[in-house]
Amino acid sequence: MNWLKIKNLQAVPLSHIPRLATDELVENMLDQIHTGKRLVQFFANQSGKDLALYTVLADDADSFLVLAAAEVPRSKSFASMTPSAPACHLFEREIYEDYGIMPAGHPWLKPVRKGIAGIEGGEESYHFFHMAGEEVHEVGVGPIHAGVIEPGHFRFSCTGETVHHLEIELGFQHRGIEKLFIKNRRKPFFLLKLAESIAGDTVIGHTGAFVNALEALSGTRVPLRAESIRAIALELERVAVHLGDLSALSGDVAYLTGHSVFAALRTLATNTSLAICGNRFGRGLLAPGGVYSELTVDVVAKIKSVVDELEEKTELAADVLFASASVLSRFEKTGAVSKKTARELGMVGPAARASGIPIDARADFPYGVYASFPVHAFSLSTGDVFARAYVRYVEILQSLRMIREQVESLPNGKIRRPVTDLRPDHLVVSLTEGWRGEIAHIAITDKRGQLCRYKIKDPSFNNWLALALAVRNEGISDFPLCNKSFNLSYCGFDL
Amino acid sequence: MTLIFAVFTFLIAPFLLPGLINKSKALWAGRHGAPIWQPGYDFLKLLRKGQVISKTTSFAFRLAPSVNLAAVILAALIIPMPQQTALLNFPGDFVLFAYALGLARFLLVAAAMDTGSSFEGMGAAREMTFASIVEPAFFMLIGTLALMTRQSSLSAIVANLDDGAGFAMLVKSLGTIVLFIMLLVEGSRGPVDDPNTHLELTMIHEVMILDYSGPDLAFMQYAASLKMVVITTLLANLLIPAGIGPAGAALLFLALFMLVAVGIAGTESLIARLRMSHVPQFIFLMSALALTAFAVVMFFRNGVLR
Repeated sequence: MNWLKIKNLQAVPLSHIPRLATDELVENMLDQIHTGKRLVQFFANQSGKDLALYTVLADDADSFLVLAAAEVPRSKSFASMTPSAPACHLFEREIYEDYGIMPAGHPWLKPVRKGIAGIEGGEESYHFFHMAGEEVHEVGVGPIHAGVIEPGHFRFSCTGETVHHLEIELGFQHRGIEKLFIKNRRKPFFLLKLAESIAGDTVIGHTGAFVNALEALSGTRVPLRAESIRAIALELERVAVHLGDLSALSGDVAYLTGHSVFAALRTLATNTSLAICGNRFGRGLLAPGGVYSELTVDVVAKIKSVVDELEEKTELAADVLFASASVLSRFEKTGAVSKKTARELGMVGPAARASGIPIDARADFPYGVYASFPVHAFSLSTGDVFARAYVRYVEILQSLRMIREQVESLPNGKIRRPVTDLRPDHLVVSLTEGWRGEIAHIAITDKRGQLCRYKIKDPSFNNWLALALAVRNEGISDFPLCNKSFNLSYCGFDL
Repeated sequence: MTLIFAVFTFLIAPFLLPGLINKSKALWAGRHGAPIWQPGYDFLKLLRKGQVISKTTSFAFRLAPSVNLAAVILAALIIPMPQQTALLNFPGDFVLFAYALGLARFLLVAAAMDTGSSFEGMGAAREMTFASIVEPAFFMLIGTLALMTRQSSLSAIVANLDDGAGFAMLVKSLGTIVLFIMLLVEGSRGPVDDPNTHLELTMIHEVMILDYSGPDLAFMQYAASLKMVVITTLLANLLIPAGIGPAGAALLFLALFMLVAVGIAGTESLIARLRMSHVPQFIFLMSALALTAFAVVMFFRNGVLR
C-alpha cells in the first residue's frame, strides 16, 4: 500500500497524492479500517473534468494520517464499504448526494442534508424505518421544537415507553457552506466570518481549523504569543460549553441545584471570552496569521482570577452533582454506547472518550501550543450518560489548568503576521479538537493558488448515528437526556 | 369564617401555592424569581386572550376544560376546612370526592387523546398508569381513617381524628406522608413530573394541555392548581389538633400551607426527577404506607392487641 503518510497541517502537493484505482482504494480502506485506522474524511472532488475520491485515515496511536485518491470510474459507482465498515455510511451517502457517485450495495442511501423531498418520487416515496404490531406506536418530534433549539426531525418507533429505533432526519439548516467558501475565495474576511458561522457554538474550534489550514497552505509562521492566545480561547470555549452541558444535563433530570449553579459558572467563562475579544462566543478573535485581540495586563489578571474561581466552584458543584443518588440513578446505564459500537461508527470527541476510546486531536495530532503543552485524553469505559457527563467535568479541569499554564507563560511579541499567498496545487488536512471532538477541514488549492475545494467535517457528523443507537431499548422519556449528553450540532452537520 | 375560607380556597390559594413554590425554587437557585402573584396575573392574562382550537379535535376537547374544572370544584366542596364542616357532606362523601377527581382526570385524558398528538397520547397513558396506583392507595387511607373514627363523611372523619388514642398520632403521620406523595403525583410535581420542562417526551401533565390556549388553558391550569390546594387542605386537616380553637386553626393552616409549598420546592430543588420506569415504585410507597396505617388501626382498634 503506497498511501501518502502525512501529519496534521502538512501541506502536500496534489501530485504527491497516490492515485489508485477505485477498487484498490476501497480495498485498501477496508483493510486499514479493519486493522484499527479511523476514517477521518472520505469525499469527492471535481476539478475541471477530473472527478476523484479522496480518503484520509488516521492512525491515532502513532500520530500520522494517510492519504490517497482514486479517479472515479466511468460507471460512476464503487462497491459500498458500509456493510463491513459502518463508519463509511454517512460519507458514502454524502458522496452520492453531492456527486451522484453510487456506492453500490449501500444499505441506506438516504439523503444526508438536502432533504427527502428532493429524492426521485418526492417525499412520499421515502419510507422511514417502520415497525408493525399491536402495541407499536410512532412518535415524530420536530423539526419545530418547543424550546429554542435547532431543527431536526426525530422519528421513534416504540412499544409503550420503550424505544426500539430512532431515525434522525437532518438538513433543515443546509446553507451550502462548502460552496460559499469557494464562491467567496477572493474575500478573505468574508471567509473568516463564514468559518466562524459553521457552528455557532464552536467558533474557535472551526475558525481555528480554518486559519490553521490557510497558514499551512501559505507557509505562514504564527507568532508564539498568538498561538497561546488561541489555545486560551479554545480551552475557554470548551470550559464554557461543557459547563453549559452539565447545567443542561442537570436541567433535563429536573435537578435544579446543578442546573442553576453550572449555568452561572458558564456565564463566568463566556464573559471572559467577552473580555478577551469583545464577544462571548469568541467571534472576531482569530485571524489568519494570528489573532486580532491583544491580551492586556488587565485581561490576563481577569483570566487568572476567573480560572481560580471556576476551578474551585466547579469542583464543589460537581462533587454535589456526582454524589447525588437521584442524579446518578438517571445518568448511570442510560444511553450506553459500547466501545465496539463507538469504534465501528468512528465516533470522536468526549462521546468517544466516554466509551473507552481515548482519542483527542490535541494529543494525537498536536498543533500550535499543544505540541509543547501535551494534553492527556481522559476516557471512561461505560459509555453512558454518566460517563459523558464525567468526561466533560474532567475536561473542564484539564482545560482550566491549560489556560493557567498559558497565561502564566505567555510569550512576548507580535500577535499577527501577514499571510502570504497560498501555494498552488496543494492539499492540507487541518485537525483541531473542538469541545465536541475532532474537527477536520481539508483545503485544496488550484494551479493559481486559489481555494478550489473546502471540505468541512464537524464532529457531529461522526456522532449522530451513535445517538440513534444509544437510545435503543431506553425509555422514550430518557431521549432528551441522551440527546443532551451528546449535544450534537445541527448546523455543523447540515453545513 | 366559612366565607373567608371559601375565598381563600378558590380565589387566593390556587395562585398563591404555585407562586410560593416558584418563588422558593427561585430563591434556592439564587434568582429573584417571578412575583409571588405571577400565576394570578397569568390567569387573568389568559382569560383575556383568544384561543386556537385544533381542527382535528371534537367536542371532547371543547368540553374538557369546563367539566374538568367543575369536577375539581365539586371535589373541593367536599373537603372540610380546619375545624369546619364542608359545604357538601354526607356519609360516604369521600367516594364522591375520589370520583370527582376521577371524572376530572377522565376528561383531561379524553381531551388529550382527542388531539391525536402522539405526545399527548403518551402523557395520557402515563397519567392513567400512575392514577391507577394512586386511587386505591387513597381509598385505603380514607378507609383506614373511617375505620379509626367510625365515621364515613370526610368532615366527620377529620373532626373525630383526635380521640386521644396513642396510635392515632402514628396513623396521622403515615397519612400525611401518603397525602404528600399524592400531592406530588396529582399536582404533577417533582420527582414524578417536571413542571418546568419544555421537553414534550418527558412530560406528563403539561403535555396533555399542550393544545390549549387562552381561557381554556386558564381553566385547565386553575383546575390543576385547585386540585393541589384541595389535597393540601386535606393534609393540613390531619395535622391540626382539635383543641386549638378556630383562630389558632386558621393560622396553623396558613403556616402548614406555606410549609407544603416550601416542601414541594425543596423536593424539586434537591432531588432529580425519577426515571419514568421508577415512578410506579415511588407511588407504591403510598400504598405501602396506607396499608401500614390500616394494619395499625386493625391491631389497636379492632384487633388482637386491644
